[in-house]
Amino acid sequence: MATNFGFSISKPRVIDVDTNNLKKSNEILAALPELQSCIGCGSCTASCTAGNLTSYNFRKVHTLVRRGEYAGAYEEMNKCMLCGKCRLLCPRGINTRRVVMLIKKCLGDF
Amino acid sequence: MSKRVVVVGGGISGMQTALSLKSLGFEPLILEQSRQLGGKVADWHLLFPSFTPAEEVTVPLIRAVRQNGILVRLGCKVVSIESRRVILCSGERIDCDAVVLCSGSTLFDATIKEEYGYGIYDNVYTSADIEKMMNNECVATASGAAPERIAILHCVGSRDEKVCQRHCSKVCCITGVKQAIELKKLFPKAEIFNFYMDIRMFGPGYEELYRQAQIDYNIHFVRGRISEASPLMDGRVQIKAEDTLTGRPLRMSVDMLVLMIGMRANDDNAFLSSSSGAELAPNGFFKSRNSFVDNVLSTKDGIFLAGTVSSPKTIGQSLNEATTVAHRVAEYLNYGN
Ligand code: SF4
Ligand code: SF4
Ligand code: SF4
Repeated sequence: MATNFGFSISKPRVIDVDTNNLKKSNEILAALPELQSCIGCGSCTASCTAGNLTSYNFRKVHTLVRRGEYAGAYEEMNKCMLCGKCRLLCPRGINTRRVVMLIKKCLGDF
Repeated sequence: MSKRVVVVGGGISGMQTALSLKSLGFEPLILEQSRQLGGKVADWHLLFPSFTPAEEVTVPLIRAVRQNGILVRLGCKVVSIESRRVILCSGERIDCDAVVLCSGSTLFDATIKEEYGYGIYDNVYTSADIEKMMNNECVATASGAAPERIAILHCVGSRDEKVCQRHCSKVCCITGVKQAIELKKLFPKAEIFNFYMDIRMFGPGYEELYRQAQIDYNIHFVRGRISEASPLMDGRVQIKAEDTLTGRPLRMSVDMLVLMIGMRANDDNAFLSSSSGAELAPNGFFKSRNSFVDNVLSTKDGIFLAGTVSSPKTIGQSLNEATTVAHRVAEYLNYGN
């Protein structure tokens, strides 16, 4: 019988690309290859109306999705109001609202 | 009679090209559209990474041009280049045996990035403004006070799809570090923050200077691009960015915001290219025949390139190209390439 030591093993924090399934990530990138050009400058997050009030971080969520970390991404993207401020600023010209919609579409059942 | 080579542009590349051509026995003619020699370097104060005064580069070159009796025509705008002929704005035609384009590049106009407020509200400056203020010993905020907090923003008008400038301007990262140190020396109590997307320290001594800025001068580096700036009631500027390394939005008010403006292609390149047949690269700079052994050759025979006319470059690289181009011109004229 297992002894209760009063602590549990926490979920590993590592982004394990060996075990993550990149299928959905690749689907999103195939639909919008320009997303791969993100340089992580943070202009989107800095300008984001939702991100200034909540912990929502557009850059972080879509980066995690690209690495195959899908948990919670759909719920996070629901915080986006599709105002498009981020799109005005993105130096890579990424269609950021399309990113939001694609993630919601691909990961809706996640 | 020695062969005539027209050098378009009297900046450092043009002057060095002319000097090298002269020493190889050619007759260079410098056509400069402004009223003086020296180009952009003449407006700079100290040069990275050694803090060498810019006139230590320009003055000896100008002196050598004079002493060697090189023909210089100022206030001459070239409107067309045909094979072995250059046409000036006045309609005058100048026959020659080869042309070297040393017409450099243009500083990005920061008013285009309206979200940073340059030219709209006070206390937003460009890197070129700071050099000018340092030359005139009048670095201060709009109200004449000493700044207590300064933000320096990298990549303004470079690496930016929104202003159709996709390329990296190469020298602005190290200029940002250099100016941060200079400002800290002027205002030891000021807090200085450099906002960057990537730090590109490619040259000898650059990475060392970056480290020195951090350790010896306590310059803060924040990885995030400023998304917007707005004026405050007291004349200061509030900036917003994401501190991407902590993943949180960041807000800060500063006494000065300094924009590291990039180098873009000259507007004139379009008609110089169409008249001459020398092609442009997609970013509007002149295209080198290749990036290796023929990097100072344009895609058209008889038309050569040196300096930032073909891509952003440091002063040292521009001067090296100027020396090289003279030898390639010599090969072309003596042996028909
Ligand atoms: S469109 Fe969405 S992610 Fe972009 S700034 Fe607006 S709320 Fe934020
Ligand atoms: S603004 Fe564009 S390039 Fe910058 S982090 Fe956001 S999506 Fe990436
Ligand atoms: S050198 Fe640095 S500041 Fe200049 S465009 Fe390149 S990355 Fe940006």
